[in-house]
Amino acid sequence: MNALLLRDLKLAIRAGGGFGLALAFFLIVVTLVPFGVGPDTALLSRIAPGILWLGALLACLLSLDRIFALDREDGSLDLLATAPIPLEGVVAVKALAHWLTTGLPLTLAAPGFGLLLNLAPGAYLWLTLGLALGTPALSVIGAFGAALTVGLKRGGLLLSLLVLPLYMPTLIFGAEATRRGAEGIAASTPLALLAAISLFAVALLPFAAAAALRVNLR
Amino acid sequence: MELKVSGLACARGGAILLEGVSFALAPGQALVLRGPNGSGKTTLLRTLAGLQPPVAGEIAVAPESMAYAAHADGLKPTLTVAENLAFWAALHGRRSMATALEAFELTELAGRMAQNLSAGQKRRLGLARLLVTGRPIWILDEPTVSLDATAVALFARTVRAHLAEGGIAVLATHIDLGLPEAETLDLMPFRARPAAGAERSGFDEAVE
Amino acid sequence: MSLWEYANPRKFMATTAPLVPVVSILAGLCLAAGLVWGFFFTPDDFRQGSTVKIIYLHVPAAMMAINAWAMMLVASLIWLVRRHHVSALAAKAAAPVGMTFTMIALATGALWGQPMWGSWWEWDPRLTAFLVLFLFYLGYQALWAAIEDPDSAADLTSVLCLVGSVFAVISRYALLFWNQGLHQGASLSMDAEENVSDVFWLPLVVSIAGFVLLFVALVLYRTRTEIRARRLQALEARERMA
Repeated sequence: MNALLLRDLKLAIRAGGGFGLALAFFLIVVTLVPFGVGPDTALLSRIAPGILWLGALLACLLSLDRIFALDREDGSLDLLATAPIPLEGVVAVKALAHWLTTGLPLTLAAPGFGLLLNLAPGAYLWLTLGLALGTPALSVIGAFGAALTVGLKRGGLLLSLLVLPLYMPTLIFGAEATRRGAEGIAASTPLALLAAISLFAVALLPFAAAAALRVNLR
Repeated sequence: MELKVSGLACARGGAILLEGVSFALAPGQALVLRGPNGSGKTTLLRTLAGLQPPVAGEIAVAPESMAYAAHADGLKPTLTVAENLAFWAALHGRRSMATALEAFELTELAGRMAQNLSAGQKRRLGLARLLVTGRPIWILDEPTVSLDATAVALFARTVRAHLAEGGIAVLATHIDLGLPEAETLDLMPFRARPAAGAERSGFDEAVE
Repeated sequence: MSLWEYANPRKFMATTAPLVPVVSILAGLCLAAGLVWGFFFTPDDFRQGSTVKIIYLHVPAAMMAINAWAMMLVASLIWLVRRHHVSALAAKAAAPVGMTFTMIALATGALWGQPMWGSWWEWDPRLTAFLVLFLFYLGYQALWAAIEDPDSAADLTSVLCLVGSVFAVISRYALLFWNQGLHQGASLSMDAEENVSDVFWLPLVVSIAGFVLLFVALVLYRTRTEIRARRLQALEARERMA
């Protein structure tokens, strides 16, 4: 399992691995929003929690199809399926690698992007905490969607269609925690619910994803 | 470790291709599958390797004892030869890959990125993976594609050494590997009857 | 003799052939009776005027939008556990019907909301939940359409239906958390103190029965079509191999 995690991290960091693309995409989304809604800092400050969460979510979505598609193309997925680790473990490790290369950098960069949108001072802590607790759910749900669509030639668009509705609760609780932080209200309830969704997704979805992979390997 | 297959039926894309495939291989034996394109060689091999469930019949050996190698080598272009091999070795709980590199004359290429290998070299690296799995039964789908005559001889030597150690190999190949001890199984007699798939789901008779 | 015998395509076709016209006619009668009664022979509500009559479409459609998904969930589970092909095809057949009911619920909700709330669309949690349900239907059908092998498609869509159901429930509560909403409480329930009065209630029940029968009829029709399509495939496959 360690070997698989290390390999995936190595592949992500080496040339063509796509590491950093998600961050760049996040930055672009955050830059484009003021062009769309106008440079009014009060307005930007008000919508910043939602924009930051939405940006992080879309940036995460961007790299989902790489989770299994590349391994499927070069035959690694067949070999991983016959290797002495359970397919559920493969899914969990690959989702973890995806989180380490996408979710974690997004979490760390988000406060900086918050500055660009004039996010209220009280919200930074909750934004970072919320993303730290919520992005694992994004990665695991995404891995499930990637497992469903791995057999398809052009599954990228379908993957978004399947995954985005599943992202809805995470987005609601995450953005709500940040908004409450910005308004100075206690944000621990949405944060706890966010953590619950992540735990739930991490505990159960690898099984569903592995089942989908087995079907797609046939 | 004996590979015993009885009454196996396997399907591709919902259509049953083969029925009643039975054979038994003792340690040290090899089996070469023959049959024209589309006769179900790949499907049979994938079923043996545990990648897809058999429609019927039994494979009396756990998939954990099989090492599968197919057209795609599972190589990562941005990893070196050694890194690629070390990954599979670690996954199968083994440390040493020197013998595997040596057997396929890859030792000198160990530090090279897989993307800079020729097609034949990639193939050799893919086959070297079989050695680091440490599994006794090799399931090989067209293993000699893009290998030159020297490399084919190299491969045949490795397979023979594997058999001599009590291993088993099932291969689908078109060229003569020079494995006189290998038995041949023609798949044509096992082609499924046209109605086999429909019978199972009952759609064939679903008239009003 | 067990219930599962009807999962055999042949038996299913034979059994449902006489049922389809009966259910269809009953559905037509109930719908006509319920809607005509509801639209023309009930008094206007003293606060909401004649707009309230849209409940004869809105409430049954909304109920069936959810029930159709529940039926798909059960059918998917049966397919995953017992591998009955008809079950998977019934789930596939129900999806567009359920999606249409969702669309009717959304459209009638918007029509009713315009005079009541002053806007065509409000991000009310219950209305939004139906929009999300619509997205789930969309994804489910897109996945069916994208996969060639029918058994793989049945497997993958069943897994999606299972996971989707769980997330749909979570989403429902997340939406309540997100916005308290201005939607009316349940119109019909056993324990509510404030129910709609009998004058409105009876035609509503007839209309709901009509929607249920319509759903059954449409799903039977569509399942039969799917079975015929599979039979065609089976025959073509036989032709190819012969």
